[in-house]
Amino acid sequence: MPVQLNRGIILVSLVLLEITACNPFIQANQDDHISSPQHRDSVADSTKLIPVETFSSDYFPCSDCHSEIPLNPQRRELVEMHDDIVFDHDSENRWCLACHNESNRDSLVLAGGKLLGFNESYKLCGQCHGPKIRDWKLGIHGKRTGQWNGQKQYLLCVHCHDPHSPKFKKLQPMPPPRRPEDIKIDSIYEREEKDSTSP
Amino acid sequence: MKERKKILHPHRSIERRDFMKWMAVGTASIAGLSLLSSCDSDKREAFFQDQFKELDENELKAVLERLERGYKKEYNADIEVNATAPMDHVLFGYGLDLSKCIGCRRCVYACVEENNQSRNPEVHWIKVLEMEKDKGADLLHSDVYYNPEQVPEEGHFYMPVQCQQCKNAPCVKVCPVEATWTEPDGIVVVDYDWCLGCRNCMSACPYGARKFNWASPEIPQEEINIHTEYLGNRPRAKGVVEKCTFCIQRVRQGLYPACVEICPVGSRKFGNLLDEQSEIRTIMKNKRVFILKEELNTQPKFYYFYGT
Amino acid sequence: MNMHLKEFIIGSIKLLFQGSKAYWAWVSTLLILIAIGIVSYYGQAANGLITTSMRDQVSWGFYIGNFTFMVGIAAAAIMLVIPAYIYNWKPIKEIVILGELLAISAIVMCLLFILVDMGHPERFWHMIPGIGKLRLGQSILAWDSLALTFYLILNFIIVSHILFRAFRIKDYSRKYVIPLILLSVPAGIAIHTITAFLYNGIAARPFWNSAILAPKFLASAFCSGPAIMIILFQVLRKTTKLQIENRAIWTLAELMAYTMFFNLFLTGAEIFKEVYSNTEHRVFTEYLYFGIEGHNKIVPFGWLAIIFDVIAFVLFLVPKTRKNFITLNIGAVLIYLGVYIEKGIGLIIPGFTPDVLGEIYEYFPSTTEILVTVGIFSTGFLIYTLMLKVAVPIILGEFNYKKAQ
Repeated sequence: MPVQLNRGIILVSLVLLEITACNPFIQANQDDHISSPQHRDSVADSTKLIPVETFSSDYFPCSDCHSEIPLNPQRRELVEMHDDIVFDHDSENRWCLACHNESNRDSLVLAGGKLLGFNESYKLCGQCHGPKIRDWKLGIHGKRTGQWNGQKQYLLCVHCHDPHSPKFKKLQPMPPPRRPEDIKIDSIYEREEKDSTSP
Repeated sequence: MKERKKILHPHRSIERRDFMKWMAVGTASIAGLSLLSSCDSDKREAFFQDQFKELDENELKAVLERLERGYKKEYNADIEVNATAPMDHVLFGYGLDLSKCIGCRRCVYACVEENNQSRNPEVHWIKVLEMEKDKGADLLHSDVYYNPEQVPEEGHFYMPVQCQQCKNAPCVKVCPVEATWTEPDGIVVVDYDWCLGCRNCMSACPYGARKFNWASPEIPQEEINIHTEYLGNRPRAKGVVEKCTFCIQRVRQGLYPACVEICPVGSRKFGNLLDEQSEIRTIMKNKRVFILKEELNTQPKFYYFYGT
Repeated sequence: MNMHLKEFIIGSIKLLFQGSKAYWAWVSTLLILIAIGIVSYYGQAANGLITTSMRDQVSWGFYIGNFTFMVGIAAAAIMLVIPAYIYNWKPIKEIVILGELLAISAIVMCLLFILVDMGHPERFWHMIPGIGKLRLGQSILAWDSLALTFYLILNFIIVSHILFRAFRIKDYSRKYVIPLILLSVPAGIAIHTITAFLYNGIAARPFWNSAILAPKFLASAFCSGPAIMIILFQVLRKTTKLQIENRAIWTLAELMAYTMFFNLFLTGAEIFKEVYSNTEHRVFTEYLYFGIEGHNKIVPFGWLAIIFDVIAFVLFLVPKTRKNFITLNIGAVLIYLGVYIEKGIGLIIPGFTPDVLGEIYEYFPSTTEILVTVGIFSTGFLIYTLMLKVAVPIILGEFNYKKAQ
């Protein structure tokens, strides 16, 4: 399975960086994913959603390797390749070929047999997660950035949820606020001294 | 840049107000008098500057230019100060999905940077409260100083609190000089140049949303956001009250607030309450929202909901 | 028209510079304390209110507490006015002017406490109607500032009219003074009621959001104001030729006993409501009297106020202790301290602790706040002393235009 998704958040940043490169409405840097208000007169007339392209992966296209390898439909533990994938997504009942098409290795497949490109992966998710996909389409679930009254980028399911292990991963929190007891005049003086000593 | 178009009180003639202001000299404090005699004209004009809504187009232009000059001197940065008018038929509303928030505090710091909050003494417009799942949304037993290795912590959920932009805002009601008011697009703003620093609004706010500049704010020069609004994120002075404005400098340009854009879990939603198709209205239609301290009849435009 | 204004001013200045050693010691002590207050305030003005212990969690503190207390003192002046002028009750009539002077000094102190609490005191002109933008529509603080200013001017007019007429050896004009005095009665009640509404109207702070607050303010003020007067009358009897009858003092003390009962009753009613109903709002009362989870910095003050009030109530209620000047003075001091603690510490701080989001920040005034407060008290005392220095000789007929010449 080609997509390397360790932490949802890392991908979010990567994706936003990708957008930065190709989308004039977003300017971001590594620490700051926030659209800049530089393009002030660019409010679009009608709401327009721009889905973010799913991924670029070192493994893709899968057929590069898999066309050489004979298909083994036997459910098994992967050892030679893709052993870094932790599969925790109803693993009792499903495995790779539940989503990846066995004959066209560069496609995903719906339960009914319809093939899907990786950029449509959300349709695959929606097969089981009906209410979620409905909420996501409405903008309730998931994340949209850009303009509240115009062009928006919206992230696909897999931007935040590793399809192999979809539970959102824990994050290190940013520092807590200072306690009022610790906000003191001394800290202000320290800062003034620092200012006067620095050139 | 769109200039503010509406002059809300055109009936007050400039001549009369100038005369009245000079009358004020007579009663002015010693500080005022010494300002008059000793300081440069920018300082004098700053002292006699009128409340934002009283300024006509020319006065406002002069004020904005003077502020930019002052910031250039103080921060050595080309800070632009705008006075963008609210959009017609727009009333901003905010949604926060409590089932999503993991308490990572990314929003707190994105807000600080976007809105030029003081780093020392520290000013945060957003507070993230950690709550115990078996106690429910119990403010008295909440903790704002949680600091585990990773969030979310077992058995806890998180409730970020910031200005709720109340329709019936108690902070606006108590201000003795109308230094704070609700704009037509629903944002409660502060005129930092008119605020007395009496902090009555802080005692009246049921959400702890208002912050005071207890000392001169410090913003590292390289971190200053130079795109500012007069009623929003322009650098403040010590002794005035400030608060969340839904990132007025962003939302009046059509952009999402900084906290919405940074949230890694998409728990923050924003849009126009007057637009049935907006995300916030969709949420209100499809989910069950609640507001904080509804018994106080503050009628916030900040809706908490459970997405799941 | 010769108003003898020149003689009045020159004579007054002369009077201010004549005095016993005790007078000079008192005045110079006050001046030193004022200087300390000014220096402390300078530090606060330069560095910001970070020099206080107030923070976003407890955004009002000692200054506003003192302000509230002084409004009570100012309001209590009317307690003397009513019988003196309306019923022409002689024993109090001579001394009522002293109460009005006290009101003036107290209001000046109130305004100073507000000024030092402001982040931008130089912008006070924003509050002047017509010049600034005083928002009388809904802001109680706007109404309060207006009421205080009005009360200050009203008392100043009454006092200066009476004194200046006496200086010119004329009786004050009943036609002008009586209506003004009648007006000053509701005005006095108004300033304290409006100040109570300042807190009362804030739904975000359940500790204040109680209808009992305004009556309690009046009850406590009508104790603390006369407590000062009782002590002052005795000082003046000793140091000047001013005759103040025991009867007047005892009557005051008796009235104070009743109002103190009412104050204690209201306090008890409030505590009962909080403790018995045991809602979430109980925490503030709990913080004041028991502390929360080891946060108990102000608990001793909560109890001291009640203990002082109860002892003083008993001392003033029993005729024997009321008429004994030692126990009477102990009672007066206890009442003063009791109400001072109640307003200065027990009203504002528990209102903010825990804060609106449930956080507990234990506020206690900083050195700067205490020194600035001392400075303002000294300013008030100095103003009062200097006004008395002129007023008392006028009342006694020792200082008038003939003698000033």
